[in-house]
Amino acid sequence: MNAQPTSQTAAVRCRSVHKHFGQGDNRIHVLRGVDFEANRGQLSFLVGPSGCGKTTLISVIAGLLDTTDGKVELFGENTEDMGAEQRILFRRRNLGFVFQQYNLLPALTAAENAAVPLLAAGVKRQEAVDRATDLLVKLGLESRARELPNKLSGGQQQRVALARALVHEPRLIVCDEPTAALDHATGEAVMELLAGSAVHPERAVIVVTHDNRVFHFADTIAHMDDGRIHRTEHRN
Amino acid sequence: MNFVALRMLTGDRAKYLGLIFAIAFSTFLLENQTSIFAGIMKRTGSQIADVIDANIWVMDPATRYFEETKALKDTDLLRVRGVTGVDYAVRLFKGQPVARTPKGNFSAAIVMGIDDATLIGAPRKMILGSWERLREPQSIVIDRGGYQLLFPGEPYQLGRTLEMNDHLVKIVGISDAKAPFASFPIIHARYSEAVNFLGRERSQMAFVLARPVAGVTPEELTKRIEAATGLKARTTDQFRWDCINYYLENTGIPVNFGITIAIALIVGLVVSGQTFYLFTVENLKQFGALKAIGVTNWRLVGMILLQAVTVGFIGYAFGTGMGAAFFEFFGRQIATRGIILMWQNAVGVGVLMFLVVIGASLLSIRRVLVLEPATVFR
Ligand SMILES: Nc1ncnc2c1ncn2[C@@H]1O[C@H](COP(=O)(O)OP(=O)(O)OP(=O)(O)O)[C@@H](O)[C@H]1O
Ligand SMILES: [Mg+2]
Repeated sequence: MNAQPTSQTAAVRCRSVHKHFGQGDNRIHVLRGVDFEANRGQLSFLVGPSGCGKTTLISVIAGLLDTTDGKVELFGENTEDMGAEQRILFRRRNLGFVFQQYNLLPALTAAENAAVPLLAAGVKRQEAVDRATDLLVKLGLESRARELPNKLSGGQQQRVALARALVHEPRLIVCDEPTAALDHATGEAVMELLAGSAVHPERAVIVVTHDNRVFHFADTIAHMDDGRIHRTEHRN
Repeated sequence: MNFVALRMLTGDRAKYLGLIFAIAFSTFLLENQTSIFAGIMKRTGSQIADVIDANIWVMDPATRYFEETKALKDTDLLRVRGVTGVDYAVRLFKGQPVARTPKGNFSAAIVMGIDDATLIGAPRKMILGSWERLREPQSIVIDRGGYQLLFPGEPYQLGRTLEMNDHLVKIVGISDAKAPFASFPIIHARYSEAVNFLGRERSQMAFVLARPVAGVTPEELTKRIEAATGLKARTTDQFRWDCINYYLENTGIPVNFGITIAIALIVGLVVSGQTFYLFTVENLKQFGALKAIGVTNWRLVGMILLQAVTVGFIGYAFGTGMGAAFFEFFGRQIATRGIILMWQNAVGVGVLMFLVVIGASLLSIRRVLVLEPATVFR
């Protein structure tokens, strides 16, 4: 095992994060004191059995859910201290998302879908779509940029989603089971693209996955069970 | 993001068209019903509006609307003429005899007996012949609706005869009188002859028509006439509104139309509201993704409102187009002539439909606002 990463490179730092859902008898304690770090320039995997709280954890990290207790720091900033509006702006500027179900807007073309973060940030439509198209070209979707999502295969849709996560050059990308809906070869290809295009010295990439066939892409693998990180493997 | 909102809207063809259809149909129904209602109400004063030579109607205080009148005394005419500020005042007979054609067709008719000397109150919009020919003995002018009723399928032709109470009269003109409330023929004749059509010899002066001298407003003169004579005096506009109000207060017409209009409104609200709500709810996942990506709630509200206003406007435009076509057609039919899509109704319905789509979108906006962006991972 490698030495613990220095705080300089830590993009995400969670300290004894707790998360409850529900009230009273229905209350479930999903995150039970998570300590987790993800570093710039690395692909950090988060793995563990179903229901152990992986999605909850990355939702908390991404600022989509509030913690019940504990501290989450992104690039040295405590997101809990931000106001709601500020947090949205922070997310818009600094985060990219890849979902298992792609979550593309069915009415927009591939290039327009990939351009959404730029549009949300107020970039002019033409410029946004042009930049997104350039990225799709890099991801090998040159000929599909003007297609609607339902004309694309799963792997192609996930590549569009990847472009959407990258287009605004965020400092953190979170991916929840990006290959789970894809067959092995396609999943492998998407991971290959993710590792090749998303990893950047200034950027951290967190990938939640069940798919041990793609573990070899990981720089670190955090093993989660029952609301805690049990151990973290450092690879490469 | 505006184009994203519009694409989301038009992307789902079936729902998009469904929304437009729902709004168009409600718009049409509302415009249609309110216009017909307003048209029918306006008809209660058609014969008042058709008199353009005079703008003051003097009547017995017991007369509340045009159809039912209490006769004035002959001396009342002189008393009205004696009021200062009256330029002229003439008598007007109104009766409802039965008119028969030589072939045996018959119908109750509204007969207006106008002043023999001046012919004030004569119809000025003529289709055939001329109102000046009313000076000829035993002559009448009939409106085109009445002509078609009594001589169905026959071309307009002067010189035909009608018989009323054993008096044979000759048609010397066909007028384009405004459609009356009940679809009776409108017949104009000279006062001295019209009184005979009813078979009763006593005075049948229903109204005195008057006009103020220059510098006196009709409103002012009505007050003076009322003060001086104790009779009721109304301006043309006031009298038309009296008739409308009488029908509003004393008939089931407003209730009937009110029910239809309320149903159209509720159906429109429910159908378009429901469709729009479902549309948004089915797109929650997309809105969730946008939220996660960092689109603010305000932006999402703006997008939904843009979608709502867009379908609202397109639906309204179609509905109003349908309404205009409907009235373009029926406004030309003899029975429904003069019933038009009034701009007031179109504007009113426009405002209403706007409120409907805004209301519907507010319901769905709530769902989007409370939506946890974390649900995108589910
Ligand atoms: N909003 C919520 N309300 C109540 N319970 C929730 C909520 N979100 C998650 N949970 C519960 O929290 C637990 C962890 O869920 P989570 O989705 O984080 O697991 P996961 O590790 O991502 O599982 P999987 O691998 O199946 O995706 C589950 O038992 C889930 O039912
Ligand atoms: Mg999960």
